[in-house]
Amino acid sequence: MGYVLSSDGFGQVIDRLLETYRVYAPVVKTGAGRFTDTDVVMYDEVHSAEEIELLKKSDYSFKEFLTPLSETLFFYTEEQVKEADLPDKPVLIFLRSCDMHAVKRLDQMYLANGKESDWFYARRRELVKFVLIGCGQSFDNCFCASMGSNETKDGYVFSVDVRDGKIYSDVKDDAFASVFAENAEREEQVVPLHVTENETRVHIPEKFPLSILKDPMWDEYTTRCIGCGRCNFVCPTCTCWTMEDVSYTDNGRVGERRRVASSCMVDGFSTVAGGAQYRKTQGERMRFKVMHKIYDFRKRFGYDMCVGCGRCDDVCPEYISYSNIIKKAAAIAEAGEEEKA
Amino acid sequence: MSAIVSLKNAGVGDGASLAASVRAAKNPYVPFPSKVMDVIKHTQKEYTFRMHYEGDVKPGQFFEVSVPKFGEAPISVSGIGPDYVDLTMRRVGRVTNEVFETYKGQSLLLRGPYGNGFDIPLYAGGETVVVAGGTGVSPVRGVISALAQMPDASDKYVIVGFRSPADMLFRDDLAAWDKALNLTLTVDGAPEGYEGNIGLVTKYIADLPLRDPKTAKAVVVGPPPMMKFTIIELKKKGFVDENITVSYERKMCCGLGKCGHCRVNDTYICLDGPVFNYTVAKDLMD
Repeated sequence: MGYVLSSDGFGQVIDRLLETYRVYAPVVKTGAGRFTDTDVVMYDEVHSAEEIELLKKSDYSFKEFLTPLSETLFFYTEEQVKEADLPDKPVLIFLRSCDMHAVKRLDQMYLANGKESDWFYARRRELVKFVLIGCGQSFDNCFCASMGSNETKDGYVFSVDVRDGKIYSDVKDDAFASVFAENAEREEQVVPLHVTENETRVHIPEKFPLSILKDPMWDEYTTRCIGCGRCNFVCPTCTCWTMEDVSYTDNGRVGERRRVASSCMVDGFSTVAGGAQYRKTQGERMRFKVMHKIYDFRKRFGYDMCVGCGRCDDVCPEYISYSNIIKKAAAIAEAGEEEKA
Repeated sequence: MSAIVSLKNAGVGDGASLAASVRAAKNPYVPFPSKVMDVIKHTQKEYTFRMHYEGDVKPGQFFEVSVPKFGEAPISVSGIGPDYVDLTMRRVGRVTNEVFETYKGQSLLLRGPYGNGFDIPLYAGGETVVVAGGTGVSPVRGVISALAQMPDASDKYVIVGFRSPADMLFRDDLAAWDKALNLTLTVDGAPEGYEGNIGLVTKYIADLPLRDPKTAKAVVVGPPPMMKFTIIELKKKGFVDENITVSYERKMCCGLGKCGHCRVNDTYICLDGPVFNYTVAKDLMD
């Protein structure tokens, strides 16, 4: 069922939904950008439709509700360990098609890698429903069409497109139909906007030779990459974390066990007790990250991890382009194939 | 490899129903308290903690050992009894330092066992060589003890290396193994007057009196450079990749295939390993 709403009508829909749901959406943080007088678009809990940024690309991904940067798992005392509580009010997350495809990658890792699923992720995931933000145009550095994540046909409860100042919504979940019907200007079949091509295009070969892991192409990043890990933190498909305990200063035997977001680009990621680490240079770490996104995940699960949102390119302080790295690696793989042929 | 569930053909939103089913299951991150039954001191830095545990477990598997306020560390099982597991720890990290302050009668929190472990029947009947270095002896201790019990123990060869005589672990076991099978005990270096073997474990491989190295089996566990050069020597001797087993150490925060730290290529050491056939391990590049 599709609906066309005025912006006021959409505001009323959101107000009604806020009675039942916590709503997380991209919002503009004025002046909070990386440079003076620049803004940043990040996810936050919103309390009205006006706060929701529907036109710009978000600099950070939606994943922070599902996988917070820091999440308390347990509270412990000397004798007991107790799981931290989580408010059980349901959650609506506004996201674009690439991110909707990223949800499946998060589910893959947390719910379906290994025999046991992640209980803490599952309890957050269970609370969430998704709202698809249509893409009327491609943004800088996006390559969703190359990764097949440019279109989403299911998994959302309703969609939101901004067209000529009106909101066009495709309502998939019948539970949401009445609130739309009450506030819409008219009913109309809606197909969410999506892009079919991007300026940035990549082609990922089906196979990479093992020699790509030792190729000198990665050396460049040992000198260029500063290992800040921003690419991991903005990535909607990066899931790594580290277990950390904190204790209270008043009583050191009482505290919390937390998991915090971790980055394969940052020192210490592969360090074992005693100090040995398995990837020392930034070039090796770049190779580890990129090959996971475009090859290793696919070898394990059958589809690529990267969804082509391009946020890592947007955020890199050294202007390293991840899509360019894919192109270089692909060229090396394909040149190797030709040599063999 | 562990069974891999792919969501490839699932819809992008299908995880929700999967999540609901997970919540009904037990939370695998909740550790259980386990009493320290005994503490065996090997060196200044290395102790074995005998922990109360009743359940399935294999040599080569590991537990996540936690101490509130310090976090968790993956520790391999170095011994298995009817109501206990041995966990041998070296005082090298934040967690293990704290564990050393905890003694007999107290409890530690454990999760596990995790990982695949060694398949001991593989080494029954036939020439077998185990090469282990330093704390790498812990995960294979159960394997060596099993070899020592086998009727053809005279066909089992064990080369164990430590940095120095003061770093030797499992001295009682070493004495027993020396009687039951062919043990070569060596140290990298020793103070003057030391009468035992001095030299790296790799030095002793060429002289192993094997009848048929092509069908002989090998187990190699130790620091990465030691494993690398041991395998080179084994292959020179005539061993084939299929008959070589290794066990890898990596950083592991969860043991469940979630935290991502132990991933190498498309392999999670905690799920698919830490024990690997060398045909798989040789293509794992960090």
